[in-house]
Order: sequence, then C-alpha cells, then structure tokens
Amino acid sequence: MVDVTFERYLTGGIRLAANKTASTEEPILRGFIPPLLVIGLHQHGGTSAVPIVAVGQKVAKGEPIALPGAPPSTGVHASSSGRVRAIEERLIPTGTKLRASLCIVIETDGEDRRFEGGSDEPWPESREVRIERVRLAGIAGLGGAAFPTATKLEAVAGTCKVLIVNGAECEPYISCDDMLMREAPAEIVAGVIRMADLVAAPRVIIAIERDKPRALEAMRKAVTAAGDPRLAICEIPTVYPAGGERQLIELLTGEEVPSGAYPSSIGYVCQNVGTAYAIERLAARGEPLTSRIVTVTGGGVARPRNVEVPIGTPIHYLIEQCGGYRRNVVRLIHGGSMMGYALPADDLPTTKATSCIIAAAEGEVRESFEEWACIRCGECASVCPARLQPQELLTAAAARDFDDLEALGLDDCIECGCCDVVCPSHIVLTERFRGAKRAFAEHARRLALSAEAEERHKRRERRLKQIEEDRRAAQEALKAKLRADEEARRRAVAAAVERARQRKRRDAEP
Amino acid sequence: MLTAVTVLTGLSLALAAALIAASRWLPERGDDAVERIERLLPRIQCAQCGYPGCRPYAEAILAGEAEINRCPPGGESTIRALAELLGREPTPLDTSLGSASMDRVARIDETLCIGCNLCARACPVDAIVGLPQRMHTVIARLCTGCELCVPPCPVDCIEMVPRHG
Repeated sequence: MVDVTFERYLTGGIRLAANKTASTEEPILRGFIPPLLVIGLHQHGGTSAVPIVAVGQKVAKGEPIALPGAPPSTGVHASSSGRVRAIEERLIPTGTKLRASLCIVIETDGEDRRFEGGSDEPWPESREVRIERVRLAGIAGLGGAAFPTATKLEAVAGTCKVLIVNGAECEPYISCDDMLMREAPAEIVAGVIRMADLVAAPRVIIAIERDKPRALEAMRKAVTAAGDPRLAICEIPTVYPAGGERQLIELLTGEEVPSGAYPSSIGYVCQNVGTAYAIERLAARGEPLTSRIVTVTGGGVARPRNVEVPIGTPIHYLIEQCGGYRRNVVRLIHGGSMMGYALPADDLPTTKATSCIIAAAEGEVRESFEEWACIRCGECASVCPARLQPQELLTAAAARDFDDLEALGLDDCIECGCCDVVCPSHIVLTERFRGAKRAFAEHARRLALSAEAEERHKRRERRLKQIEEDRRAAQEALKAKLRADEEARRRAVAAAVERARQRKRRDAEP
Repeated sequence: MLTAVTVLTGLSLALAAALIAASRWLPERGDDAVERIERLLPRIQCAQCGYPGCRPYAEAILAGEAEINRCPPGGESTIRALAELLGREPTPLDTSLGSASMDRVARIDETLCIGCNLCARACPVDAIVGLPQRMHTVIARLCTGCELCVPPCPVDCIEMVPRHG
C-alpha cells in the first residue's frame, strides 16, 4: 500500500471550524422502518425513472418499483416491504434544490420482507452487464448529487488513468462518510476494488481529510488487508472545498478538469466512499440501493448522530429517531451548512442525495447582516477554488449581462460559498450566482426558442410562397390554354367564313 | 518641415477622397443592419408591434419610423438591447399593444374544436397540427405564445396557459 500525506493545497478554499464531533460520538443507528415511505423517481440531474407498480400493489424490500429512463438515469426500489398507497407528484429535495417529482408512496407493513425475484448472479462477468446491473440497482453518487453511477463508470471504462475515491468530506457538519469508513472499511475497500476492475483503473487513490484520524486508521488497515497494489491512501489537508470533485482531482493530480467537460474527458473518475459501499452490497449480496447514511446534526436536534435511512423516509420521522427537536431550533437545512439549502417543511422525504440534515439552533445560522457595497477588496477571488472573479460576476449578475456572465465563467462556479464567508461587505454572492444561473438558463432557452421559431417561420414563408407560385403558374397555364383554344376557335371560324366566301364567289361566276 | 506638411496634407486629402468615393459608390449594406436589429427581437412573429412580423418591424426601426418599445414579448430586455445597439434612449414598453409572452403557450380545448383549421393557418411557426373537420392541437414545445391563433377561432376554444419546463 502506498500511503501519502499530502502537503499540496487547493487553489483558493478556506479553513472552516468543523462541527463534526457531535454526530460522531455514537455509532450509526440502523434498522428502523418508518410507517410511510415517499420515494422520489427523479432524484438527480438526469432523467426520471418510470414507475412499474400500481396503486394497491404489495411490494417487498429491494423490489424494483421504477425502471431507469433515458440515460443518465437509475432504477428505484422499495426501501421496505408494504403496499403502494399512491403514485403522485410531490416535492423532494435533490442535491441542489427542491424539485417536484413523481413519487411512489408506500405504506410499510413492518415486516421488512426481502424481494426474492432478483437475479441469482449479482455480479456477472461481462463489464457491460455489470454496468447495466449498477444502473438497474439504482446506485447513484452518494456524495450529495446522486448522479447515476453507471453513467460515470461507463464514460471512463477502459480509459481511466486513476480512480479517485472521495472520502474528503469537507463540509463542516457532515460526517456520514467518516462514520461509514470507521464502521465498514472492509466493504468500502472491496467495493473500490470492484469499481477499479470495472473501469480497468491502473491506480486508485483513496483521499481522506486529515481531520478524520479514526477513519484514516480504519481505512489504512482495510487497504493493507486487501493487499491490492493499485490502492493508495492519501491524507489531504483539511481545506474546504477539497471534497469537490474538480477540486479533489486538481489537488491530487495537478490536472485541471476543462471548463464544461467531465473528469472522464481527462481520464479520471471520482466516486464517493458511500457509493463504493453500495457497489459492494450489490455485488456481494445482490442488494440494490435502498438506504444511505445520513448525518442528523445541529444544535436543534436532541441526539445528533448518523443514521442508516431507508430512501424515502420522511425527515420528521428521521428527526424523531434522533430524539426529536430541541426548543431552540430555527431552521432545517438539507445538505451541508455551506452548500445545502433551507427546507420549507419537515414532512419532505429523504432522497439518495440527502447526506445531511441540519436542525440549526439559534446562533448557528448566519446572521442576516445588512449588505454593504462591494469595496473591490478581491478577497472573494483569492478564495475561489474555481479561479473565478466573483466581484466581476456580481456586477454582471446585477446587470443581467449574459455575455459577460458567460465570459467570466459563471458556469464554472461550483456554488461552494467561500466568497460569501470572506466578503467583508456581507454580500451573499453565491445566492446571486444561483439566481444568475437560473436566469441564464431561461435566457438560453428563449434564444433557442427564438432561433427555432425563426427557422420554422422562414420555412413556412417559403412553403406559402411556393404554394402561391404554383397556384399562379397553374392559373397562367389555364389562361394560356384558354387563350390558345379561343385563338384556334377564331381561326376555325375565320377559315370557315373564308371558305364560304370563296364558295359564294365560285357560285357567282358563270 | 515643408516636406512633412506636404506629405501629410497630401495623404489626408487622398484618404478623404477615397472615403468619399467609397461612401458614394459602394452599396450600403442595409440588410445587415436590419438583420442585427431582427436578431435582438424575439422573432416569434406575433405582430403585436403593428407590423406583420419581426423583420418588417426591424426595417421600420431602422428607417426611424417605429419606436423601439413596441415589442411586448421581448419586454424590457429587448428594449435595452435595441437602445444599446441604436444609441437611442430606452423607453418604457408600450403596454397598449398586447400581452404576448414566451412564457405561455396556446392550448386548444379539444372537446370544443370543430376542425375549421383557421388557427393552423394563423400560426406563423407551424405549431398547430390537424386536418380540416378533425380535432386540432398545439405542439407546446414549438408554440411561441404569439396569440395569433386566438382571435380566428370561431368557437373560442383556444386559451393561453403557462409554459411548463
């Protein structure tokens, strides 16, 4: 095993006070079944899954209830046994926002009966079939975006230089990867090896931030025990956002993922440790992804801890498992404190993207300061891990200048929030950039609609002109024919008259 | 000194002559200017500006016959873009013209449609399909929200609804 301690630092980034101890004191809570499951079919940026069950139907744990749509997409499974109560549109939290998605609502029966109709051979020989199995099993990136894992593996299979396993977990409140690495390092490493085989990666780097000594120790032991020469553990400095996919790749390899491209374009693939664990559970036991580890923390919850949550568990039920709310709770946040967002209610379900639920107490949430004008100090630019100029972007966003926004690289903003933290004028830059991205998408949509409409309008004009011309030509032809007929008739009459005249003349002659 | 003055004077006179000749005899590329104005319009051909389409409106703007605030679907952003291109002052949108918006699409109540085909003939972007005497429908993805199909309908079965997605 190669064991590297890294002293290279990120471009930009900041050091944040960690809040991980509260949720790492107790082991992961496992094995509870909520009375109701609300399982979203569109949990990621790809396409929605397609339901294959009917209302009233009995389902078992792990039974497929929706098949993957057009790629990128994944299958969806019942997280516990019970009966389908409804299939309806509901609001679900995804990695970056709340979204209205078709959901399958299951009333559980408490038996947690396992689905028996699965495949006998969970991990077949062929690479293509394995990737298809990963897609059907609903495995998605458990780092927080829930992007379909099969699509990512597919893109890099055979061309992979390094498989990077992300155990950095840089968000100050989240500890689900930390706890999983402490409790199931052997399974994670086995899953990592399976993924490395799948994409034929010659090297594997497992990156873990230095502030997780127990996870590091457990993973080091597991890697040594596995004895695979491709594997290396890399201890990286604790800097936010080192766990961002692009940031981690750049930190470890020194190579920058091109703007607008995926890491696969330069031969890298990044997978979360939780995803590796899910792959192992699928390959060794044939289990699809029906649960994930969620950090429930914050000063507003009685017993902060990590919980293995069946996908679709309502958040209020999850909070109850952790002792309920304290009185001073002021806000519920989905995801981390830096990149997460506030939830409007606690009856929303968890998804594969739910890495953390923060019940924030008074004093934990950022006070709303009065925003002052930008003094152009440039602090934001120096902490931006994407090497952008947030102060310039801010001006362009305020002016809705889409050309400028594009030129300044709005699309490369990973919304990490570093600029917000350091801004001395308390400007909430990231929020503006999110708004600008939405407006930009809307603008692009309109431009596309305009261009398409113009094209169709021109085609229509051409067609109408052609029809008009054809009509006129037909009319002309008819007129010409009528004229010719008329002429022929006149000539015939004239000829007849002439003949008659000649006859008369002949008759008059003696 | 004298040489310098002569050379420079000669040079400026020669270039001035060339410029005058160019402006006199080279054809003016009016089409390009119209095109640049047209590009800033939404090009959905709603005709709410009072001209039969986006291009005629662009020509009228170029000729100085039309105000730049007559495009309801383009709204403020189009006015600003036009003002910037033409060096005119942005003026508030003339709201008396209409309410066409790219955020909406037409929807035909198919139970009421009598198949007269008048709406399909009015649609400037071929977004309505249907045969005479048969039910007609709007292809929402292609509809630009110009509202031109609404007035011709003899049974008032077309309404404008918010666009999804």
